[in-house]
Amino acid sequence: MRKRRANIKNHEQEVRVFRNRSLVAALVIVLMAGALVSRLFYLQVIEHDVFITRSDNNRMRVEPLPPRRGLIYDRNGKLLAENRPTYNLTIVRERVDDLDTTLQRLIDILDLPEDEVATFRERSRQRQRPYQPALLMSDLTEDQIARLAVNRYLLSGVEVEAQLMRYYPDPIVMSHVLGYVGRINEQELAELDSGNYAGTHFIGKTGVEYTYEDQLHGKAGLRKVETNARGRVLRELDRDPPVPGKDITLTIDSRLQHMAYDLLDGRRGAIVAIQPKTGDILAMVSAPGFDINKFVTGISYDDYRALQQNLDLPLYNRAVRGQYPPGSTVKPFEALAALQDGVVKPNDVIYDPGYFQLPNDTRRYHNWLRWGHGRVDLERALEVSNNTYFYTMAYRLGIDRLSAFMHQFGFGEITSLDVQGASPGLMPSREWKREKYNQVWYPGETLSAGIGQGYFMATPLQLAAATATLANHGHWVRPHLAKEIGDQAIEPPFADTKPDVQVDQARWWQDVYKGMEAVLQGSEGTARKAGAGLKYEMAAKTGTAQVFSLGQNQKYDADELTERLRDHALFIGFAPVEDPQIAIAVIVENAGGGVSGLGRELTDAWLLPDGQLKDWPGTTVNEEVESIDGD
Amino acid sequence: MAIDFQRVAPRTQRARVGRKRSIWLRIHIDPWLLSILVLLISFGLVVLYSASGMSVSTTMAQASRMGVALLGAIAIAQFSPVTLFRWTPVAYGAGLLMLVAVEIMGDIGMGAQRWLEIGPLRFQPSELMKIAMPMMLAAYLHRRPLPPTWRDLLVCGVIVGVPVLLIARQPDLGTSLLVTCAAVFVILLAGLSWKFILTLVVMAGGAMPLLWINMHDYQRQRVLTFLNPESDPLGAGWNIIQSKTAIGSGGLEGKGWGLGTQSQLEFLPERHTDFIVAVLGEEFGLIGMCTILILYLLLVSRGLVMANNAQDTYGRLLAGSIVLTFFIYVFVNIGMVSGILPVVGVPLPLVSYGGTSSVTLMAGFGILMSIHTHRRLLTH
Repeated sequence: MRKRRANIKNHEQEVRVFRNRSLVAALVIVLMAGALVSRLFYLQVIEHDVFITRSDNNRMRVEPLPPRRGLIYDRNGKLLAENRPTYNLTIVRERVDDLDTTLQRLIDILDLPEDEVATFRERSRQRQRPYQPALLMSDLTEDQIARLAVNRYLLSGVEVEAQLMRYYPDPIVMSHVLGYVGRINEQELAELDSGNYAGTHFIGKTGVEYTYEDQLHGKAGLRKVETNARGRVLRELDRDPPVPGKDITLTIDSRLQHMAYDLLDGRRGAIVAIQPKTGDILAMVSAPGFDINKFVTGISYDDYRALQQNLDLPLYNRAVRGQYPPGSTVKPFEALAALQDGVVKPNDVIYDPGYFQLPNDTRRYHNWLRWGHGRVDLERALEVSNNTYFYTMAYRLGIDRLSAFMHQFGFGEITSLDVQGASPGLMPSREWKREKYNQVWYPGETLSAGIGQGYFMATPLQLAAATATLANHGHWVRPHLAKEIGDQAIEPPFADTKPDVQVDQARWWQDVYKGMEAVLQGSEGTARKAGAGLKYEMAAKTGTAQVFSLGQNQKYDADELTERLRDHALFIGFAPVEDPQIAIAVIVENAGGGVSGLGRELTDAWLLPDGQLKDWPGTTVNEEVESIDGD
Repeated sequence: MAIDFQRVAPRTQRARVGRKRSIWLRIHIDPWLLSILVLLISFGLVVLYSASGMSVSTTMAQASRMGVALLGAIAIAQFSPVTLFRWTPVAYGAGLLMLVAVEIMGDIGMGAQRWLEIGPLRFQPSELMKIAMPMMLAAYLHRRPLPPTWRDLLVCGVIVGVPVLLIARQPDLGTSLLVTCAAVFVILLAGLSWKFILTLVVMAGGAMPLLWINMHDYQRQRVLTFLNPESDPLGAGWNIIQSKTAIGSGGLEGKGWGLGTQSQLEFLPERHTDFIVAVLGEEFGLIGMCTILILYLLLVSRGLVMANNAQDTYGRLLAGSIVLTFFIYVFVNIGMVSGILPVVGVPLPLVSYGGTSSVTLMAGFGILMSIHTHRRLLTH
């Protein structure tokens, strides 16, 4: 019965059930549609602001526009540092079908080193958005670009980008003046204004590039662009142009710089030339130099090691960091000290038996001429560089008065305005020794200081600055490398300039000058050979600095010593005496002596109308490369 | 049978026997359904034009494809439900055989396989199953007294289970779920008791972990991505983040036709296929989204009315299932694109670019019209 009933279809009931069920279904459908609409309402109305921002962030990108780095010229407008386009290889990973194959091909085509590939993999992991190119190799050669172009069809996603890079047309002679730019390292990155350096990869590391980094860099701009999902820029929405870095004109005369470098002729040494009235550093050479262009692109490990292990220390800026015993070149300054402090009069005569003895002491402090110069006054003391005279002066002055007076000429101090890495040298005093070694000062040490030996240390830049001040009758102008920054001239007076050196009687300057002129032109002058045929008045002083001390009775024999143990030869001078145009300090390491000729040649070249200054073949003025945008 | 006719043919039907009925019924077209379809398709083409990056050729290809599919639907409508009923076991059997064939070919070593190549034709048997499955169930239940008994359900379980498992193994979880849906709707509409439905729901909930265990890695990844798209914003989460951004940034009125930055600048992936509704949301805003939802609801309503007017169990169940499944497509697609459902490969019906699914859908509407416009009834 039941079974039979079950077998009979009840159509009325089936229709009713179906209608019932479809009503329920309709209700559920309405509910589901309601759920969709509320979801859409939530996304499109309530959270609309969030998503509009997100979609704008998607399509709009702010790109930094790095400023063009300022150029550097010498005082005559010759270009010393410029920006040249170089080409970098980048890869957009999303456009590469098979990264490993592509990298292998690039290794084959370009002879890529393995570590560059590893660095690239690291870089490409650190990308912030898809389709962002990652750097594989910088500074491609023309040959490499050509080979890439030929194989282009095999290398989808591989792109060559242009970038401006620093280039120094005269990299070796100018190396220590200009310094160089290099890739920003992590430590610098942490300290930089990241906004202003966005898109900039290089920063001044040493020299003028370092000192004037702020002015040379300029101000970064930015542009807002619309991009598609593949990172292609479709249009520019907004632009805040970068302010290019200021060009800098240096006080350096590259002709004089070249001449000085050539005069050193491969020897280790330094030459600094200053224009006394303005403080302009006309030449600042440290030899040997090195190729600063190598540091821009990133010097290879081998090249760097070779530079570091070179016994001639090419990376070492002797002109500003090299601390040498100034030797007899301190004598003119010391003479002034003695006059000013009243321990001697210009015409006072001291008898030189060939040595000096401290009271109650048997030790003999020898003159360089063993048998002595006999009767010497101030002028002759300077002319023949008599040690006994200046031992006497030093003894009479005492180290404290001597030290204080020498400080007025900038010894033991940094006086330069904008020379990076300048060293203060060392002007010893009683107090200094107590603090440094906790020892008393011995009178014998005063005598050493009196002839520029012992603890006394000075840099070539300090010697040149002191000589310039001497030439200026004691008037101080801080030596400096920048002549113009942008349109602004860099002129004295400068802040924090040392007070002028004052002496009671102005004629004392002349007395010292006369002695210094006799160095070149006197019959006994230590540089009389170099002074032969001088066409203008020049004041000078020679010096030698002992690399190692001789025992009391040892004789010095240059030939017996190996080259590196020979004395350093020094020379200071200025000309013309009445209207000084140039003051020079020369140091040649282990030269033994005889570098006065170098100083003479430089002043001749600078002062004589038919001077020897020659242009070196470099880029001519104002031939600059326009900035390249980063798109 | 005559009794059936008199009893079932309602007054409304008879009242409509007149001039109006004679025109449309003779060519077996439901004018309401057809108009809504044409409206939907047209709106879809407008969106597609923008979503394809103003590609005339893509839009024309889709337009002609939809035109052909529409003609196909009208052609199918010419067959009477009797014919469909007779061919039901054949269609189901053929579908099953082809699924087995796909399975074997996959085993032979071609990996994941959904296609069957017969000469120049590529055919997806799971698409056939989307129609054949509800047909088979409706045909079976048509012969049974309703509501279905336990034994009926067991038979239904076998009819459903075998092909669904085969499809799931392809692996095509999305389609297998949709085919299951179509089957479940038939059974629900047949009058399955609420108690039983409740039990099923609870059981389904309990089976979730089982499903999870049996999922492929990429399927699990999809679910995980759905739960937290930000965990991998440039990878798996990219699609859903970009589609939500597209819809959300559209706001109330949208950015304008062809002006959606997410879509036009290609941040939105699959913008003219599965994610086309995000383009619509971005360019036409909430207003556009509501418009298309209303069109879908109208279509579903008309479908339900037609199902209720069907004159026998087979037609009713089949028509009802086709309509409800259609809405599930809509819901799942918009749900996944707007981020309330995990991403499964379900296109937006009649709007997304592509052939296979629109052919199946149109075939469904053809069957719907056939059921509605033929007065001859089936025997029991």
